[in-house]
Amino acid sequence: MSTSSTETPPAGPPAAERLPQETAQTPAPKRSGPEPKIRIHRTIKYESDRTPGFGRDLMRVPGCEQLERCIQCGTCSGVCPLSIYMDHTPRQVMALTRGDFKREVLHSHTIWLCASCYACTVECPQEIRITDIMYELKQRAIHEGVYPRKFPIPVLAHEFNAMVRQNGRITEMVLVIRLFLKTSWLAALGNWRLGIDLLRTGRFSLRPERIRNRGDIARMFDAIDGSKGGSA
Amino acid sequence: MKFSYFPGCSLKGLGRAYEESLLPVMKHLGVELVELDDWNCCGATAYMAVDEAKACVLAARNLALVERSGLNQVLAPCAACYLVLNKTKHYFHDYPSMKQTMDRALGAVGLRYRGDTPVRHPLDVLLNDVGLDAIRQRVVRPLKGLKVATYYGCQIVRPYATFDDPYNPTTMDRLIEALGATVVRYPLKTKCCGGSLTGTVPKAGIRMVYILLNEARKRGADCLATVCPLCQFNLDAYHAQVKAAYGPVTLPTVYFTQLMGLAFGLPERELGLQRAAIRFQWRPAVPAAPVPSPVPA
Repeated sequence: MSTSSTETPPAGPPAAERLPQETAQTPAPKRSGPEPKIRIHRTIKYESDRTPGFGRDLMRVPGCEQLERCIQCGTCSGVCPLSIYMDHTPRQVMALTRGDFKREVLHSHTIWLCASCYACTVECPQEIRITDIMYELKQRAIHEGVYPRKFPIPVLAHEFNAMVRQNGRITEMVLVIRLFLKTSWLAALGNWRLGIDLLRTGRFSLRPERIRNRGDIARMFDAIDGSKGGSA
Repeated sequence: MKFSYFPGCSLKGLGRAYEESLLPVMKHLGVELVELDDWNCCGATAYMAVDEAKACVLAARNLALVERSGLNQVLAPCAACYLVLNKTKHYFHDYPSMKQTMDRALGAVGLRYRGDTPVRHPLDVLLNDVGLDAIRQRVVRPLKGLKVATYYGCQIVRPYATFDDPYNPTTMDRLIEALGATVVRYPLKTKCCGGSLTGTVPKAGIRMVYILLNEARKRGADCLATVCPLCQFNLDAYHAQVKAAYGPVTLPTVYFTQLMGLAFGLPERELGLQRAAIRFQWRPAVPAAPVPSPVPA
């Protein structure tokens, strides 16, 4: 998924020569000839991969200030129930964030796999609110549009937000169905048994839940968006 | 004892068995719950994760409505609601910029949040306000012989736990024991259930569900007791997927309020037990004593 650290070994100039351009948004040049058989990753970071100021800027966000104090002990990675699936462990994400490796961090799966269980936040000896930092990184990845298309987690977030803005409440079954429609029909079919169980037990409800003063939510959001200069 | 009651979206949807069992149990104990008028989504994890300011504003509207209602405490049974409402309260006091955002947004709809309403969880109220003695007195059908793994999940004990220990919470253990049941040692009691990953990244989510179910079964539990609608859903609804990936592990998951209702002798049908995919069935060894009338509110 991440392309920033993937080198294309046979064609093109050696890595060190084309580093400054190769880093961020520039796609790899089109190559002719057969695809390389193995994917080779560069395992060290270069100064030119950094986006100076990224870490400092993030540490100004409420809840993220303590990142500066990280001692890289790895407690967060040890207690994280999902670190076994992550491309970068939480400890690595902390180091990369503080070190301004914006592209690396925002393209990482880690921020999407975080299930918000707050185990890292409670265990961190430096009182870094790692979960809140993961939230901030997710927000930035969404703002910059750098997540895999049809990846269900940002789609869920988007659908959730749209429903809250419109109705003020969440109707879970409608949310789940919209999520499947926008990501994968097949996944929905794979869950047919779950749907039957929900029908059988009277939990499958499509009746929209709404608040009475429905305009309230949109008015509140507009009030804060207006002051941020109209960003959504 | 009177509380403003914030049900949240789950307790009206997939987690409706939680509300169905909570309301009669609280009434039985003389705790009056008044549903917050025109409450909205708390913000929840899905919102908190992508727009913290808006999530806080959503939660702040509810807290402002509680303050306007004249009741001085709000009861939030859902773990995610409990966390988000508490987090918003912390942010309101800790970060002037967040307070400003909330003030401005609420001002646009003619509301104001002062920041002093305590957000309480039913376990907190049951142990610290109602008390275990009052609960024991109501037990007419002790759950003798029933072995329960108490599963707290993440968000009521982390990171804003005020009434229990984040590492080894015991409030539910003590409550379940007061009902006459046996609590099995269950070290995974605060491990994550996977949250929404069961739906979005099943490979990871289903494994977490499997580990929780299997460990409870290995320790001889007859059921898992939860405090969270998402935990209940994950542990109950994905048995087929768990079986396909790891082999069959069948274990019912109930809300702690459903066990309370059973011990109080309330009719099973009124406790939402029929809503679980894996039905919990309990035949008591001890015949039930007559049910006393509820404590006057």
